[in-house]
Amino acid sequence: MLAAAVIALLVAMALTLVRAFVGPRLYNRLLAINVFGTKTVLFISVVGVLSGRPYIFDIALLYALVNFVSTIAVLRLTHLDELLPSSDEGTAR
Amino acid sequence: MSLSLLIDIASGALLLAGCLLVVSGAVGLLRLPDFYTRTHAGSLTDAAGATLLLLGLLLQADGWQSGVRLVLIMLFLLVTSPTAAHALAQAARRDGERLPAGDDEGRR
Amino acid sequence: MSARNPLLSRHRGTALALPPLLAAFWLVMSGHYTWLLLTLGAASVCLVVWVIWRMQVVDDESLPLRVLPRLPGYLLWLIGQIMLSAVTVLRLVWSPRRKIRPGVGTVPAAGMSDLSKVIYANSITLTPGTLSVSFRNGDIEVHALRAEGVAEVADSAMPRRVEGLEKR
Repeated sequence: MLAAAVIALLVAMALTLVRAFVGPRLYNRLLAINVFGTKTVLFISVVGVLSGRPYIFDIALLYALVNFVSTIAVLRLTHLDELLPSSDEGTAR
Repeated sequence: MSLSLLIDIASGALLLAGCLLVVSGAVGLLRLPDFYTRTHAGSLTDAAGATLLLLGLLLQADGWQSGVRLVLIMLFLLVTSPTAAHALAQAARRDGERLPAGDDEGRR
Repeated sequence: MSARNPLLSRHRGTALALPPLLAAFWLVMSGHYTWLLLTLGAASVCLVVWVIWRMQVVDDESLPLRVLPRLPGYLLWLIGQIMLSAVTVLRLVWSPRRKIRPGVGTVPAAGMSDLSKVIYANSITLTPGTLSVSFRNGDIEVHALRAEGVAEVADSAMPRRVEGLEKR
């Protein structure tokens, strides 16, 4: 069952990469890469159980954080002024 | 029927459902027509598929240390994925990805 | 503007709750209880507290511990809701004919506290088929895969449960 899960995740990752390649435009690609990161986390977790080495979960945990931070970082690059807390919206003070 | 067999069956069912959702999320990412609808496919993977898969793994994990890590991964995903999706949607909208009818703020 | 010195002012509760939480996190994640690693753990807890203090991000919402007792129940309920709506989206994704009519609408959230609003919006996004796009006058603007989805969220038990999270 775990091996089947690995195969299913690989198929899903390949399909997600197709969306990342065909686009169109920036945001579809970013979305695909974000989803791809989630699938990578799941993939690492399944491999961790499959191989019986619990320290692999640490890598998955770290990858989940890196995936989130990188998405936000790219969005900050494209929207430098709006996502910073000094902008007009976002701060309800 | 022994307990371990029961746990194996439950874990297998959760893994199967999770895989189905993750693959469906990927298919939806390809099939759905525009950016916002594809975001829904993404949340199908992130929220539902990931939760089911990790619950299935949790039943097979040996030792509390693996269990704690899997639960933490699940919680992190549950917190970060909507935040990322929200940031993406808002940025996409300001860059002029059109929302369907009822959008009067799309392009600025 | 946040206070000049969060550790000494009204945010003392948050400041006191943070180091034990960080220490517990280190102890759980490390799994090796030798003197070297425990010392490193204490050092890293101090480092993190110092960085957080320098960033001045500690306000009364940075560590909303008051929702904690009811959070597990809410999460279980939310996961159930996620599964229910996942089935709907699953059918839409695999349906051979493309009959997708997405819609946008607002879900009222004006009366809620900021924390409730954030939890509510994130729960909406987390549920497949609905995505919160932005806030407009305190209400949440929601994009739904089916146009009926917006009204269904507003009528569901979700807003009531989110507000119940903060009750004593």
